[in-house]
Amino acid sequence: MVEGIQSVSQVTSWLVSGRTLFLAIHILGVACFAYIVAKRLVPLLRAERDLRFDRPLVRLERVFKFWLGQWKHPRYKTAGTLHILIFAGFILLAMRAFAVLIVGVSQNFVMPGLSGRAGQIYDVITDYAATVVFLCMVVAVIRRLVFKPARYEVPARFGKAHTADAVFLLALIAILMVADSLFEAAKAAGQSQLGQPVETLAVLSLPWILQIALLPVATATIGKVYAGAYLLHEVTFYFLLCYRPFGIQFHVETSLFNVYFAKLDREILKPVRWGVSDEHLDQVKSFGVKTFEDFTWKHMLDFYSCADCGRCSDNCPSNAVGRPLSPRFLTIKARDYAFQHYPMFRHSDVGSGSGNGNSKPLIGHLYSEDEIWSCTTCGACEEECPLLVEYIDKIVDLRRGLIDDGNVPQSLQKPLKALESRGNPYGKMEKKKADWANAKEFQQVCQVKTLGKSNGADTLYFVDSITSYDDRMQSIGRATAKILDHVGENFGILGAAERDSGHEVRRFGEELLFTALRDHNVEAIKASGVKKIVTADPHAFNALKHDYKDVPEVEHISQVIAREVKTGKIKFNPLESRDKVYTYHDPCYLGRHNQVYDDPREVLDAIPGLKRVEMSRSRDRSFCCGGGGLMLFYEPKEEQRMGVKRVQMAAEAGANVIVTACPFCMVNIEDAIKVAGLEGKMTAIDLAELVDQEMVREEQKAV
Amino acid sequence: MNVEILVCARRVPDTSENEIELNSAGNDIERDELVYSINEPDNYAVEEALQIVARIGGNVTVVTVGGEDDEEILRREMAMGANHGVLITDEAFSGSDARGIATILKSFVRKGNYDLILTGVQAEDGGAQVGGMLAAMLDYPFASLVNSIEVLEGRKLKVSREIEGGNKEMSEIDLPCVLSIQTGINEPRYVGMRGIRAVASVPIPTFGVSELGVDPGAVGEAAAKVKRVDYFVPALGKGAEMLKGSREENVHKVLELVAAKGGLK
Amino acid sequence: MARIFAYIVHKAGVADDSAAQLAAAAKKIDPTASPTALLTGWGADLNAACSALRASYAEIWTISNEAFAYPNAELIRKALVKVVPPGSIVLVAHEHFGIDLAPGLSIKLNSTFVSDVLDIAGVEGSDLKVVRQEFGGQVSAHVCCDISSGAVVTVRPGAFKSLESAPVAVTVVDKSSEVGALSAGRRYLETIAAEAGDVDITKHNVLVSIGRGIQKQENVAIAQDLAEAMGAAVSCSRPVVDAKWLGKSRQVGSSGKTVKPKVYLACGISGAFQHLAGLKGSPFLIAINKNPRAPIFQVADVGIVDDILEFLPELTNKVREMRSVAAK
Repeated sequence: MVEGIQSVSQVTSWLVSGRTLFLAIHILGVACFAYIVAKRLVPLLRAERDLRFDRPLVRLERVFKFWLGQWKHPRYKTAGTLHILIFAGFILLAMRAFAVLIVGVSQNFVMPGLSGRAGQIYDVITDYAATVVFLCMVVAVIRRLVFKPARYEVPARFGKAHTADAVFLLALIAILMVADSLFEAAKAAGQSQLGQPVETLAVLSLPWILQIALLPVATATIGKVYAGAYLLHEVTFYFLLCYRPFGIQFHVETSLFNVYFAKLDREILKPVRWGVSDEHLDQVKSFGVKTFEDFTWKHMLDFYSCADCGRCSDNCPSNAVGRPLSPRFLTIKARDYAFQHYPMFRHSDVGSGSGNGNSKPLIGHLYSEDEIWSCTTCGACEEECPLLVEYIDKIVDLRRGLIDDGNVPQSLQKPLKALESRGNPYGKMEKKKADWANAKEFQQVCQVKTLGKSNGADTLYFVDSITSYDDRMQSIGRATAKILDHVGENFGILGAAERDSGHEVRRFGEELLFTALRDHNVEAIKASGVKKIVTADPHAFNALKHDYKDVPEVEHISQVIAREVKTGKIKFNPLESRDKVYTYHDPCYLGRHNQVYDDPREVLDAIPGLKRVEMSRSRDRSFCCGGGGLMLFYEPKEEQRMGVKRVQMAAEAGANVIVTACPFCMVNIEDAIKVAGLEGKMTAIDLAELVDQEMVREEQKAV
Repeated sequence: MNVEILVCARRVPDTSENEIELNSAGNDIERDELVYSINEPDNYAVEEALQIVARIGGNVTVVTVGGEDDEEILRREMAMGANHGVLITDEAFSGSDARGIATILKSFVRKGNYDLILTGVQAEDGGAQVGGMLAAMLDYPFASLVNSIEVLEGRKLKVSREIEGGNKEMSEIDLPCVLSIQTGINEPRYVGMRGIRAVASVPIPTFGVSELGVDPGAVGEAAAKVKRVDYFVPALGKGAEMLKGSREENVHKVLELVAAKGGLK
Repeated sequence: MARIFAYIVHKAGVADDSAAQLAAAAKKIDPTASPTALLTGWGADLNAACSALRASYAEIWTISNEAFAYPNAELIRKALVKVVPPGSIVLVAHEHFGIDLAPGLSIKLNSTFVSDVLDIAGVEGSDLKVVRQEFGGQVSAHVCCDISSGAVVTVRPGAFKSLESAPVAVTVVDKSSEVGALSAGRRYLETIAAEAGDVDITKHNVLVSIGRGIQKQENVAIAQDLAEAMGAAVSCSRPVVDAKWLGKSRQVGSSGKTVKPKVYLACGISGAFQHLAGLKGSPFLIAINKNPRAPIFQVADVGIVDDILEFLPELTNKVREMRSVAAK
């Protein structure tokens, strides 16, 4: 080491040698950390099971992409860049930190493989890494205190601001970097003063700067700075280590696991209970999440892993319109609950055993009912979260609990009852389900057969409830039928045998009503003998694709049209009007949930003369129209309608026609156009309707 | 405190999910594709009973007079939380008028020990009669159109009745008594498929003429003094002048008429 | 033919409108006879009500008792049972007091009961044939009642048109002494007035009234826009209040407010009689409803089959257009 400057392990203060002190700090620090982590794991041991141990290679690949590769971070450029730099810095500094810690006990410790040239290169890298991390901390603090990005704000109902905590943690990391750099700088300054070979410090790095500052200082003082910086480093390191599990910084440790155990099959909803098949559901005593312990261990890990970045709530349409829901706080509140009820030093105040009798119900204490019913399951939150925290499953599970307790808003009880007795939320009669297709004038233009014993077909057009019964949406049904007819598809509909797909029924927590609807439909589909299914309803599309088993492959009509545009079966007349500017609104269940972004756009771009613009929030950042299915019946407390915001976005993009490919989007957008006062200035049209309108036909038939 | 509550319920065609039309023969309504459910005011009554029992303890029994088909409403209310469901059924009972039903229910009440009997204020036939008749037969005090119930000490209730102008008539009533319940008294809880499945095989006791000890001559079709002769849809007669134009034309006409009547300031 | 009585409800010395209607109904049952009015009450109020009845009834029986200062159905029933001769027909108005009194009265009088009668079709032997409605007014029915041992009949308010009143020599019989001691298991405490809402719909000349057809709370704004444009107020039927989309003070109906506007727009209201019972003074009634067979079209002056969610906004626009033109 350096003669004249004692190695830290040999420094003696108050009769305690450095080695002893630092060893004691190591042991204490590690022991504390282990104890804390063990305490944090306690609720996870009481949680419901979650099957996340399959397909390890796929999971590892995702760890590389989302954790190491920080895949989602660049979606927010500034914060993303900062975080990538900090993360890279931490990864690079990991070995150095370890080495520094050991030096306090074993003075000549060098990491195996890092002696000599390799070590020197590594040292240079880590010098810059520490500097970059330090600078990022400064920038981050300035962002927090000066620029105050809106998504970090804490609405009054959720408590006080998190700024102080955030700045505190950022400052600690900065201190750690400074301590580390000071330690190196002091060593190099001492070496230089004593005329010994100086360890190279990276030019313009923090240690390099500090070393220059230390050169004029007396050697004895440098010795003290050297020891002091080391102590500071030790203490700060272990303080951070033990402090992190008490807040959002726990994500430093849990993120790897959270990403590894993240859901692989994004579109398959969590079953009521893992390991319990549909037939055995009667044995489950309580459905859904009612108390904290009803969450699965992975959901609890999600709560721990949230970094409070606010990206989820920033993109949540419910949050944007002032509904009580903010996904970020769904998580933070649950995390705080865990911290409060599973404390470090006392026993948990929650009774043990499967009854969890002491655990308070979440609804009414942690969450309000409206918070839970407000979610449209659009998936924007999950799309955004860099840590892959899951939300939809939790909302569905909480709703299952509410339904189980009979705690359902009156506005939803009526359509649910109608779905049970009539198979559709409007309470309309089954025998009228095919009326839209059987209207006399329409029959002359397009024959739609109802599948039955004497009527078979290759393809089923699954119409679903709103398109069948709603006066306005029936036109989407007719347009779709005409398109299928035009491309020569041999298709039919189920008519009175078709029940609602049950997509929202399931997502609103009425699992058993959903299975009743599903089983009925599956039987009808099988009996019809069709080999493929087409639908114009993205909710039905999603249900048939992911919620239903043993049914033929399903496509959305936009996929069919896009394909037939390429084959040439569908050709378009040039658009007549000159002043229309079109924009495509991605329906959540076609776009974000099923990644069908390009087909509808290709179709629009194939229409000659069609001017198309993109809204700033499009594709996987599309803004939910307000929701479909049962959501149309729910009466939310909100400041504005989601549809109105969306229509304003379209106007901002310079469009005067909104094209969408979902009947629920159509309902919400057409309604919003009126509410926003844009009647006459903005119109909406469904993709199928537009294609039907502009398609070239052999004989020009009028409907 | 504990209170035994009996709710008298009825299964009726669900008015919100059905279109009521005359059948082709013209002698009844078209019943083929009707959806049935519990009479809405009766459902409110069961919810009220459940809330009272949750506050002070006791049991809720739901009873209906009918046949096998009517069991489904008993199960539904049991899924909602009622402790017992009872079906009163006997060929001798069919064709009973309201008084006959009240007579049957009175015999059932005498078999048990009920502190409070609830009915919905009226059913689809708009009769609003069984509750009042039952009370008189039992010599129990009665209050109709009840929209709030408070349990008092000393076997008394404080009830509010809905009278004109949205005003509330507050009365004190002794137990045992009969109350007919108005819609809007509470927000009934949701009954999910799971709850219904859970009670699907619970045995429902039945009571007939002999179990009740009721005089068969006092019930059934023969004893009925009120009989519906037919259903009909009255010729619209005078009725409204229906506007037949386009929406725009109709809007214009409406405005004209309103202005003519001095309706636009 | 049995003797016909009409039980008259009164408040603060004023007899209810139904008094004359019951007399008309009685005449339809038995054109030859003159019905007797039954009046219970106490003090000055009773006397005033009695005087008011002289125009419609030739004979009035009064029962005066302090217990009747506030009408208690159970006590009144006990009194009536003592004075009404067996086999009589008793008519009562089908409103909140009648619903309380009549069914039990029929049991204690051992007579047949039929409620909410709209019309008398005739008497055949010992059978009285009446017209009733079912399923919220969607269908009507003829009902036969055996009145050989008497009957209690509740009559729908407004169904029978009051007859021309002519001054008659009136006999008033005081039956108070025949009644004896009275006690009941139900005791009146007080009446709590409905909360005054922000708007008093009884003071408005034009009402935009909404029913179930408005579908959701957020659509109520459509009616409010129209009301605002027209200088009117928004009122509603019962289901809207049950769903808590509007406060009780906005409800028009037998259990809500009674209104006498000049113009009444019934939007998405089916026309159940409990609602119409709150409309007095023959307003000009315009009904808009998706269902062409809604009972409201039978009583409206003008009807439009359309979706109120589409129709009303257009109407609002036209009103605003009109006003902005007029302002120029």
